[in-house]
Amino acid sequence: MEKFTRFSSRVVPLLVDNIDTDQIIPARFLKVTDKQGLGDNLFADWRFNADGTPRPDFVLNMPAHRGAQILLAGDNFGCGSSREHAPWALAGFGFRVVISTSFADIFSNNAMKNSILPLALAAGDHARLAALLGADPRTELTVDLPSQALLVPGGAAMRFPIDGFAKTCLLNGVDELGYLFRFTEEIEAFERTTSRS
Amino acid sequence: MNAPKPKTLFEKVWESHVVHQEPEAPAVLYIDLHLVHEVTSPQAFAGLRSRGLTVRRPGRTVATVDHSIPTGDPSLPLTDPLASKQIAQMEENARRGGIRFFGMSSAGRGIVHVIGPELGLTHPGMTVVCGDSHTSTHGAFGALAFGIGTSEVEHVLATQCLLQRRPGVFEIRIEGKRGPGVTAKDIVLALLARIGVGGGTGHVFEYTGPAVGALSMEERMTICNMSIEGGARAGMMAPDDTTFEYIAGREFSPRGEEWDRAVAGWRALPTDDGAVFDRSLTLDISDLSPMITFGTNPGMGLAVGGPVPRPEDVKDPSQRSALRKALEYMNLTPGEPLLGRPVNVVFIGSCTNGRLSDLRLAASVLRGRKVDPAVRVLVVPGSQAVKRQAEAEGLDRVFTSAGAEWREAGCSMCIAMNGDQLSPGQYAVSTSNRNFEGRQGKGGRTFLASPLTAAASAVTGKITDVRTLS
Ligand code: SF4
Repeated sequence: MEKFTRFSSRVVPLLVDNIDTDQIIPARFLKVTDKQGLGDNLFADWRFNADGTPRPDFVLNMPAHRGAQILLAGDNFGCGSSREHAPWALAGFGFRVVISTSFADIFSNNAMKNSILPLALAAGDHARLAALLGADPRTELTVDLPSQALLVPGGAAMRFPIDGFAKTCLLNGVDELGYLFRFTEEIEAFERTTSRS
Repeated sequence: MNAPKPKTLFEKVWESHVVHQEPEAPAVLYIDLHLVHEVTSPQAFAGLRSRGLTVRRPGRTVATVDHSIPTGDPSLPLTDPLASKQIAQMEENARRGGIRFFGMSSAGRGIVHVIGPELGLTHPGMTVVCGDSHTSTHGAFGALAFGIGTSEVEHVLATQCLLQRRPGVFEIRIEGKRGPGVTAKDIVLALLARIGVGGGTGHVFEYTGPAVGALSMEERMTICNMSIEGGARAGMMAPDDTTFEYIAGREFSPRGEEWDRAVAGWRALPTDDGAVFDRSLTLDISDLSPMITFGTNPGMGLAVGGPVPRPEDVKDPSQRSALRKALEYMNLTPGEPLLGRPVNVVFIGSCTNGRLSDLRLAASVLRGRKVDPAVRVLVVPGSQAVKRQAEAEGLDRVFTSAGAEWREAGCSMCIAMNGDQLSPGQYAVSTSNRNFEGRQGKGGRTFLASPLTAAASAVTGKITDVRTLS
């Protein structure tokens, strides 16, 4: 897994609450057997007209936000379906961080397994950030995972919480399956003592 | 000696499955039953192969196809090459992994959360996972059951374990007796309208109270199914005699002495007196009306007779704009009633309401009546076994003589990736669980409701309160 430490990028503001994974990647694009190409259909029904042309008024299509690797979303991002295709699509499009005030549990787990940081800000910081981007859409932010800080030009750093284990995994690119395999003996013992096979 | 600390149902199941826990790290949790379907598993099997790994405990994984399969005439060949490939790959992965597979031609196939309980695979006290958020359904049996992502599917295949942080437990106490026309679906829609789609995040729901014990297993499954719509990964209910009666005698249920031992263990699972929940809420269902959603998430619900809410009445600015956006998508006018609003499609099915008792409810309304000719009505059994039972009772003839379509089992229009879908702009009353934008077809608009409300609306062609149907 790719290591995640510190990087700077511009931001795409998509300030809608409760963005569900059906919006992130609609179900009709799930008829795939690999992870490739899903970024092309990220937010497909918000991004494209019926004839497949991009909607110029949708934020992801605006030239000012091209190449941005941070998505700023409203509350409770990633609710609904457990599809890991959602972080695959976000990563495929080039996003490495999603900022919200809270994340649905399954989405948050799935995101971190794909080196995407679900960054939860306090509501006040979130609102300040949204205002800042409203004033200057080209604002560049720095995400510093080791110090759990979001650095905003001309303002105090915004702190964000992250589970210590998840942080270590992201920083070192630790693969959870590799970690689980360290406990093969314990798993075998558990199966023996509880008569599971 | 002090008495042992009282524990919740969740704590008992959790603690008995922790294989190991390093300080500060999530627990290594053992998984008893892993259900797999064609849409969220191909990349997990591919990952396993690329690492040179095999399925650790093939006997603990069960696979089927449900999401991308067509529900039309089964004698016709599959026409969607992408769906065909997923289905073929599921079959191949199951064969290579030595996993039991309920394929297209199998009598046991159906929606994964319908067949688990139906085959007697789901038991109280188990940990159950699936690459599907509605795995919460199985919590109706007193199992800890939750949806996982595809990476986690791979973890379970490889190790039979998952790394999990212990969630909090949120007690949902249900009190009172429901009135006529009010179903389990209405109870859970009322809960969601109260707590919103993020209200249960970080928690597992435990549904308690006398009203829960009075529910049938199928009703309990409907409620636990939609726990995830409140943000709770799992919903649990204490196992009791209703649970044991349901499980007894099914294909994979324990038998003889093994059964007696199992039931004795299951009886010890319910939450002890004095156990502490992290949060609690009481829902009184005595005055509940049939519920329906008006917006684009399952928490946007109201009593079927009520008016569409007005954004200007909402204080919180972000909730106000969410409501405005939803009403715009749904093309509804604030303050207007939903009752009497014409619909194009009625969908009766899904893992929420596609079981025999749901079809019986719908049939009780449609018997001797005709559906409005302007409305397309799909009745889709949750499994092939439900289909056979319904046909044995003559429910299929009730549906077809009313003018509804009687289809093969599958997820169908709940997810619209299998040919069953709304056209842009169409309105549907649906017994499924999600009314997100485009969930039932790009541009389609969904009103979630119970099988009774759906069937009544099919008859009139308009959103209808079943209690007023003449
Ligand atoms: S019926 Fe709908 S919610 Fe249930 S498993 Fe199928 S797609 Fe998911």
